[in-house]
Amino acid sequence: MNALWLGLVMTLACIGAAFFCVGTLGLLRLPDFYTRAHAVSKCDTVGAGSILLALALYVAPHPEALKILLLLALVLLSSPTSCHALAHAAHHTGLQPFGSAREVR
Amino acid sequence: MITTFFWGLAAFLLMNAFACLSRAFRGPTVVDRILATNVVNTKALVVLVLLGLAFRRSLLLDVALVYGLLNFGITIAASRFLETGRIRGSWQP
Repeated sequence: MNALWLGLVMTLACIGAAFFCVGTLGLLRLPDFYTRAHAVSKCDTVGAGSILLALALYVAPHPEALKILLLLALVLLSSPTSCHALAHAAHHTGLQPFGSAREVR
Repeated sequence: MITTFFWGLAAFLLMNAFACLSRAFRGPTVVDRILATNVVNTKALVVLVLLGLAFRRSLLLDVALVYGLLNFGITIAASRFLETGRIRGSWQP
């Protein structure tokens, strides 16, 4: 394991941590559910994908890397799907987006 | 050295997860709470993989896999229940 490979792992993990931080900020600060779902689904998918890719590169010759890649595929498939289902359910139950009542008036 | 980095990353993600938990506590609607729980579960999945590498236990990867599948199933079931008012049975009457 040379230093360049380790630097690549650390860079990918730090990029993922930054995306997680931005997603948390969006979840805490944005005004309504749809904008929060937008921020969270993108930042969470990219953050978890980047960190899991870094960990798969770290354990690379070992067969555990395949398990981490399976976990990465699961996160990449399930996170946008669940966010889409939640947003569809919220729209179906009649939750109005932020600012839409102001436009009607 | 890299194990210390993994521990620091896991601590940072846990701090983020507790910040998201505050949104799950005071979220104005139900979908906000479900979304925040989904985010906390994704962060916990990554933390489980990090701890599995830091402790050199391959078992925690399997736990993380089951955790991700449960997270997906629970979120889909909750959104289906919100949308149609039923868990089982056909979608259309």
